[in-house]
Amino acid sequence: MDLRTTGAPPDARERQAVDSVLGPPESGWAGGERTPGDGRAAAGGLARARRRRQVLLPALHALQDRVGWISLPALGYLCQRLDLAPAEAYGVASAYALFSFEPGPPVVVHVCDDVACRAACGGDPAAVLAARVGPAGSGATLTWQPSPCLGHCEHGSAALVLETGEPGARMTLAPFAAGDIERIRSLGGSLGGALDPDVLPAPRAIVPQAAGEGLRILRRVGRIDPASIDAYRAAGGYEALRRALQLGPAGVIGELKESKLLGRGGAAFPTGTKWEAVARNPARPHYFVANADESEPGTFKDRVLIDHDPYAVVEALTVAGLTTGAEQGFVYVRGEYPLAVARLEHAAAEARSRGLLGEDVMGSGLRFDLEVRRGAGAYIAGEETALFNSIEGRRPEPRNKPPYPVDRGLFDKPTGVNNVETLLSVLEVLTVGGGAYARLGTPESTGTRLFCLSGRVVRPGLYELEMGTTLRALLTMGGGVAGGRPLRAVLLGGAAGSFVGPDELDLPLSFEGVRAAGATLGSGVVVVLDDTVDVADIVRRVARFFRDESCGQCVPCRVGTQRQEEALGRLAAGRPLGSLDAELALLSDLDAVMRDASICGLGQTASSLVASALRRGLLSPAHGGPGAGPVADGRSAI
Amino acid sequence: MTTIAPVAFRRTVELTIDGRAVTAREGATVLEACRAAGVEIPTLCYLETLTPVNVCRVCVVEVEGGRALVPACSRPVAAGMVVRTDSDRVRTSRRMVLELLASSVDLSTAAGDVHRWIGEYGARPERHGPSAPAAPTRPHAGHHAEPEVGSAATVVQPVKRDNNLYVRDYAKCILCYKCVEACGEDAQNTFAIAVAGRGFDAHISTELDVALPESACVYCGNCIGVCPTGALMFVTEHDLRATGDWDEDRQAVTRTVCPYCGVGCNLEVHVQDDRIVKVTSPLDHDVTSGNLCVKGRFGFAYVEASG
Repeated sequence: MDLRTTGAPPDARERQAVDSVLGPPESGWAGGERTPGDGRAAAGGLARARRRRQVLLPALHALQDRVGWISLPALGYLCQRLDLAPAEAYGVASAYALFSFEPGPPVVVHVCDDVACRAACGGDPAAVLAARVGPAGSGATLTWQPSPCLGHCEHGSAALVLETGEPGARMTLAPFAAGDIERIRSLGGSLGGALDPDVLPAPRAIVPQAAGEGLRILRRVGRIDPASIDAYRAAGGYEALRRALQLGPAGVIGELKESKLLGRGGAAFPTGTKWEAVARNPARPHYFVANADESEPGTFKDRVLIDHDPYAVVEALTVAGLTTGAEQGFVYVRGEYPLAVARLEHAAAEARSRGLLGEDVMGSGLRFDLEVRRGAGAYIAGEETALFNSIEGRRPEPRNKPPYPVDRGLFDKPTGVNNVETLLSVLEVLTVGGGAYARLGTPESTGTRLFCLSGRVVRPGLYELEMGTTLRALLTMGGGVAGGRPLRAVLLGGAAGSFVGPDELDLPLSFEGVRAAGATLGSGVVVVLDDTVDVADIVRRVARFFRDESCGQCVPCRVGTQRQEEALGRLAAGRPLGSLDAELALLSDLDAVMRDASICGLGQTASSLVASALRRGLLSPAHGGPGAGPVADGRSAI
Repeated sequence: MTTIAPVAFRRTVELTIDGRAVTAREGATVLEACRAAGVEIPTLCYLETLTPVNVCRVCVVEVEGGRALVPACSRPVAAGMVVRTDSDRVRTSRRMVLELLASSVDLSTAAGDVHRWIGEYGARPERHGPSAPAAPTRPHAGHHAEPEVGSAATVVQPVKRDNNLYVRDYAKCILCYKCVEACGEDAQNTFAIAVAGRGFDAHISTELDVALPESACVYCGNCIGVCPTGALMFVTEHDLRATGDWDEDRQAVTRTVCPYCGVGCNLEVHVQDDRIVKVTSPLDHDVTSGNLCVKGRFGFAYVEASG
């Protein structure tokens, strides 16, 4: 194709930002100085352009981080360097929440107003903040805006602070209070050293369970220095990789099958079967991806694991790569986790320097290395095929399946992809043996599972429980409902999950246990809602979340999430179109088309929580819902 | 010397469509098998000449054993597959897809089939409320304004008229991706437009929405050729429609060969009142597959030149 850009030159900062990722331009064709040689040589070709395209997202990040926005000349220069059409690059960039296309203030504070923080603070954190410091989006040197869940739910409030510049700053404040805005403003820039994100919280603040209480994949969290590979090895690190090398790929897969480990990312697919399918696929090369794009509201487990045990993620991905015949791995970390990215990159560099990544992993003669990729604010990029597209520099849109990733995944090659928790569970399988692991939990749901406990509970935090432990036991470990108030409901599984009532606390938290109750474990989200929480408001926040996070590819989800939010708004305002019955029929039809006809899991579950709330009558005024109008006709439970 | 025509040994698979045993070529899609069996499947984003993107979901069918419905346009047939094209689930999803589109997009110039399906499936777009006014600005990804209670958001936006050849009225866009495909890898390899933004705010755009003359557009018009709703339209057609003078009953369509170069592209010249109002190209022509260049599609003014 003939690449055409507007031709306007980028400014020096923009050029430096792009070159920081791509290196200086090789020729006049790529936006560098024209040399006599340029006229006699042609560099290009589709294969080269395809290889380079995967650098698009890192380069867009560089522009956003250093310059604060992506201008037309900057985009043009980047595209010239990548042999990519500017319209396509814009299509990609504009699908992410963290990229801007107009200049703004140097400091932007993204304040979580999602379900867990709402439940914890008993209202809308964004409304509270607006009343205190002024409306979102205003301010010349600092602005704030509401954000979907930032994955620090155990603190009950959180903000992501992004400062443009070189070096700039990216950090999370959790807990976060309105006063922090004034504090940041008073710092007047150069936040890097002023707000130290590196302070280690007390272990029990993150993992309230004591180490003796059956902690397996959490046993190192908060107890070793996450920046020290020696500390990791002293705590048993890299024993699993040694074991994996002894066993060989077939042996590892055998242990995984014996362990009956099921994926923790949501789909509960048998891990051994997936790894075997990748390992056996004759096409080459293979890839392995750790999915750390944790964005499900109420979920913070992967962030805790990476922040506090990053070497375990590196080791587990190495085991996965060597077992499935992949020499290249990726860890895709959500863009809102700056500390996780830094810790992982540090851990990977250390592992590389010790010969635990690279050309000869642990002296085995086998090659494996990994690359850390940052997301840029898109829940949908956590869907595995959308994640591949994101790494490849395409729009984060889910692909049609089949083909499945084990056949055609990243770069259309056989790809294994697992959630971080699954990968760390693999280390545990190798540590204790598949048979011993299978004896943990229930016969169908083996092992342990992480639960992200948040909301109105005494001791929020990350809990590791054997599969099949009851919800009541979890809540008891968490100290029960804060202030001893009555429990109204538990939001189980995440935004794509469902509500569980106070009469169902004996629900066993296993795949089959929750399935029998019509619920899902999802990403292990457990948000406790007491009688002060406006459940209808929580449901509307979830509807807004899906409306914001739909990729827009298929009609059922693109328009359905919009219509669902509108219908819930009418119910909340007590202004149904036609009758209440008509509105309920409409919501039911939206549920049907999204569940049945959407391309991916996001669309297929975008109405789950709404349907669950309606089934349980949680949108009625008796449950704090503002829907007094529509339910005033004697139907207390809609 | 005698030549023997090669015989294609094509494998076939047996499947069931709506209770009928059907034989289809291996590798065929469910859509192709249904059409061969005389079963109508509505489609919007599908076109024979483009790679299926399966995004509109109006072609969904039920395949026994599957959890969700599957898009007929891209799912290959498999031996023993049991397909239902008219179950309650299928009808509900198709009705809702049509209803969601009709409630958010101006379908006034969409193909006649679309309006027939809306009627046949009983879509009721009005139950989502009256159309909301256009939003002043398009929201940034992940940050939309709370919807106004009682009205239904639409994709309405001002008509884009930034060149002399064609008009882009994205209030009529169902986001079928066909124009993007035709501009990109499936035909023209120009990549002047792409889907930008996300969710309900996703839209077709040049880079940062620059006007077409600033973009990579080469005015081949292949996007117009594949647009199913009239969102992309010749200036001539757009203006005649605006004055109420567009009348297909008064038009003659003449198939001819493009006079410009030697490729032999076929043209369909649409003439109303002795004036060329539109040029299209037959999809089934083996040279062009519906595609033309700027000269073939727009270079007809000389026909009407005097002297």
